[in-house]
Amino acid sequence: MEQLKTIGRELAMGSQGGFGQSKEFLDLVKSIGEARSKAEEDRIVLSEIDILKRKLLEPDIPKRKMKEYIIRLVYIEMLGHDASFGYIHAVKMTHDDNLLLKRTGYLAVTLFLNEDHDLIILIVNTIQKDLRSDNYLVVCAALNAICRLINEETIPAVLPQVVDLLNHQKEAVRKKAIMALHRFHRKSPSSVSHLISNFRKRLCDNDPGVMGATLCPLFDLITEDVSSYKDLVSSFVSILKQVTERRLPKSYDYHQMPAPFIQIKLLKIMALLGCGDKSASEIMYMVLGDLFRKCDSSTNIGNAILYECIRCISCIIPSPKLLEAAADAISKFLKSDSHNLKYMGIDGLGRLIKISPDIAEQHQLAVIDCLEDPDDTLKRKTFELLYKMTKSSNVEVIVDRMTDYMISINDNHYKTEIASRCVELAEQFAPSNQWFIQIMNKVFEHAGDLVNIKVAHNLMRLIAEGFGEDDDDADSKLRLSAVESYLQIMSEPKLPSLFLQVISWVLGEYGTADGKYSASYISGKLCDVADAYSSDETVKGYAVSALMKIYAFEIASGRKVDVLPECQSLIEELLASHSTDLQQRAYELQALLALDARAVESILPLDASCEDIEVDKDLSFLNGYIQQAIESGAQPYISERERSCMLETTDYHSRDHHEVPSHALRFEAYERPKPSSLPTQASTELVPVPEPSYYSEAHQPISTSSVSERESSEIKLRLDGVKQKWGRPSYQSSTSASSTPPQAANGTSSHPDVGVGSSSLKPRSSYESKKPEIDPEKQRLAASLFGGSSSSRSDRKSSSGGHKPAKGTASKPPKENPIPVQPPPDLLDFGEPTATSVTATDPFKELEGLMDSLSQDGGSTDVMGVLYSDAAPVTTTTSVDSLLSELSDSSKGNPGTYQSQTSKGPNSKEALEKDALVRQMGVNPTSQNPTLFKDLLG
Amino acid sequence: MIKAVMMMNTQGKPRVAKFYDFLLVEKQQELIRGVFSVLSSRPENVSNFLEIDSLFGPDSRLVYKHYATLYFVLVFDGSENELAMLDLIQVLVETLDKCFSNVCELDIVFNYSKMHTVLDEIVFGGQVLETRSDEILKAVEEISKLEAASNSISLVPKSVSGWRGGR
Repeated sequence: MEQLKTIGRELAMGSQGGFGQSKEFLDLVKSIGEARSKAEEDRIVLSEIDILKRKLLEPDIPKRKMKEYIIRLVYIEMLGHDASFGYIHAVKMTHDDNLLLKRTGYLAVTLFLNEDHDLIILIVNTIQKDLRSDNYLVVCAALNAICRLINEETIPAVLPQVVDLLNHQKEAVRKKAIMALHRFHRKSPSSVSHLISNFRKRLCDNDPGVMGATLCPLFDLITEDVSSYKDLVSSFVSILKQVTERRLPKSYDYHQMPAPFIQIKLLKIMALLGCGDKSASEIMYMVLGDLFRKCDSSTNIGNAILYECIRCISCIIPSPKLLEAAADAISKFLKSDSHNLKYMGIDGLGRLIKISPDIAEQHQLAVIDCLEDPDDTLKRKTFELLYKMTKSSNVEVIVDRMTDYMISINDNHYKTEIASRCVELAEQFAPSNQWFIQIMNKVFEHAGDLVNIKVAHNLMRLIAEGFGEDDDDADSKLRLSAVESYLQIMSEPKLPSLFLQVISWVLGEYGTADGKYSASYISGKLCDVADAYSSDETVKGYAVSALMKIYAFEIASGRKVDVLPECQSLIEELLASHSTDLQQRAYELQALLALDARAVESILPLDASCEDIEVDKDLSFLNGYIQQAIESGAQPYISERERSCMLETTDYHSRDHHEVPSHALRFEAYERPKPSSLPTQASTELVPVPEPSYYSEAHQPISTSSVSERESSEIKLRLDGVKQKWGRPSYQSSTSASSTPPQAANGTSSHPDVGVGSSSLKPRSSYESKKPEIDPEKQRLAASLFGGSSSSRSDRKSSSGGHKPAKGTASKPPKENPIPVQPPPDLLDFGEPTATSVTATDPFKELEGLMDSLSQDGGSTDVMGVLYSDAAPVTTTTSVDSLLSELSDSSKGNPGTYQSQTSKGPNSKEALEKDALVRQMGVNPTSQNPTLFKDLLG
Repeated sequence: MIKAVMMMNTQGKPRVAKFYDFLLVEKQQELIRGVFSVLSSRPENVSNFLEIDSLFGPDSRLVYKHYATLYFVLVFDGSENELAMLDLIQVLVETLDKCFSNVCELDIVFNYSKMHTVLDEIVFGGQVLETRSDEILKAVEEISKLEAASNSISLVPKSVSGWRGGR
């Protein structure tokens, strides 16, 4: 045993600073190390558990012994055995005054217990006491423990102490207190929501380490709500600038990089804040440019920062210069020998390609190298990139590659993912339906059990509906090719159930359609399927239905039907099946065989799977029967709505608590409050409900821009009325009545989201080889993957235009749809207001004011200039103190406002309106939280 | 956020496993085994990254580094930077190396609680707390000193104390 060679040295080392272990423990570790098998190891551990159980029961265990037992418990639990019998001793140990024992106790309980464990209640008191300790190490130990042991209910018990510790004199304690508060925020945001301002305050801490720690919670907070933190953009930028200028103490350097982990966090935060915000992005340009120049790409951590810059640039609205710098960095990554850097390069390429689609072209050969790399991680990342850059000109090559890879791997999780991607791409960009069916066959054959059942329905629908144009010839060709391919595939053993369902359905529907295959041939095949997969009831059901269709078509066309002997035996078998569904199908088939041609034709008309079935919802054909019954004294029918009104309260109950079976004793008095609370809940799901104050404002008909908001409030009103009148049950019954979907005939449910576009195959532009020394095979692949940029983009545009008439495509907007190279910034800004339309100030009054100053647009930009002059230039004072001063400067500079710069023609009224909306977006968040600024200022 | 820190040897035996969200012991074992089976099937000279959604849920990444007989593994989500995490492993190993002077697998096994002390100074509640190995070392030493001082009774049993003079 290799690791045992060093045991002598280890034993000689003995204990360092009190971390000693006994001979028994060493023996235990040693014997486990020598164990030849898992069984032997288990045996050793079990006997150890026995020993510990016995020893822990002994009275008056010396403390040092106890400590060792606890460590041994931790060890056996790490090996996967239950040590719960000793938990209580670990809990007891946290109460000890001795620091070593206390820390051991805390270590053990944090590893053993979860926050909801019963024993936690015994620790909370100790934690409270320890948080107040004079010894900062005790405080740190307690802070460490609360991260794991405190849940939503116990947070209030320790919260005051933790908040006090934010001002502790030791920076290590402040840092951990911030982290603990962050942890609370993650667990239960509401319990610390009033303390969030502390994070801002600590951003100005004298200690850079504490400031760095604050970035973690701020990152989370900004992820949740970007707009409230826009005012900090210039602060973050100036912090980053100071870090890169090496203003921090030398001790923060790591591999000659100044505080790289802080830089990375800052870049992540900037990416969030600059997303879709032109003016915020512009503030960042300088420092990002500096980073690209300064970063040392020879160290790992330097590359980490470079990558983070690329990521940041892909999120914000970048300048062309930065894009170029990012592209350069990516090409360095891709050219590197390190797989890690290649991985980062591919990842960066995938991010940047959304902004500038041309960028991939320069790196096509590198990408193809990565695709053929033995490293699976890199390969998958590259497939992800290809998935992002798929368009109709390269879909065939990419999807072929993907399916090949899908077939080659065993990892079911990833197989599912890549299969669904293949399907998605094929549905979105398929150049022809034949190709689509081929790909689908491949996917089903190799990953059929992993794909969504919807995919199967989509495929059946496609085959049934064909091209959607009135080209019957092409449709029947498509069906024939499908039938032929299925007949071929069917002979393979062990096909996935879902695929067999599709095959059975298609064979039943179209197997005999154009006379190439005889009914007996197809039905024989179907019987084989039912026979070979006799344990799969769904497949059998599909097969029997298919048989029924085939015989029906035969009968309807006047031919004599010979039921094959194996088919006959199948029917007989199913007649006695345990599955009622199969039984029913078998009986129906049997009944059908006895009917005459005319009746059969109306039951199962030929090729009618796309026809809607008219459902007589009122069951009018039964009217006579009902009349007769009433005349002979029967009670008339009471509709469900009327009944549900009578039983409303009990209905509520049963709906809300499905798991409570007995509600007979509940009476109305209990349930009264519920109906009123339920509708509001439901309405929030449907419509974003504005706050009451805003709600009243929305009715002031002032400007055109409020139309959409008023609309939404109107919708809400209507919904309210509906629910208060009828309550929930009536709501449901009405939807169930009206939402009977247009059910397709012959058994397939029609799903609205068939994504098969009818986009035709565009001619590929040939790849002009620039480097003749490269393997022509690769070049060909590259050419087919990347194509010519100009043709591809026009291709994209035309395909998006062509999608409109195609059925179904519109329902699934393709992710990689033609993104204009750079959307006009005001559009992007304009998109935001709807997202956070709850405003505290009156937007319309502001808008009015802006309309008045229509001609004074130049003046308002001047104001912005003044605002920025305070924030933008970075003072050259040193160290962290300057961070503080700048922070307060910038917040003084724009009191409650953060204005976005937009450059537009001064006379465009529309632009001004948008501008006003943008402003109002910038204004709200800070004015909602004026106290935050007080904190920052002093 | 960092979801887990693991160290395991090349035979798949866990040496340290710390999960920053509570998981049942069985689940922990399953994850450790899962991670090991993925790691052991990786060829030499490939990247140190893995996308490991199948084990840890969506958007999970894993960075590992192989030192002598040990795998150091970090599992984290999309809010961390892969290359930086690789350096965090480096920080951890550097610190351990200074702590135990030329660290080996057994140091980690036998100094379980010290190992955790070091780890707790680096990663706190799933967030990176400190990356300067000198600072980490200082903190750990301070703890050891105080622990030793507060500890009047000798915690080293007689059977081992004989070796103490060896160093």
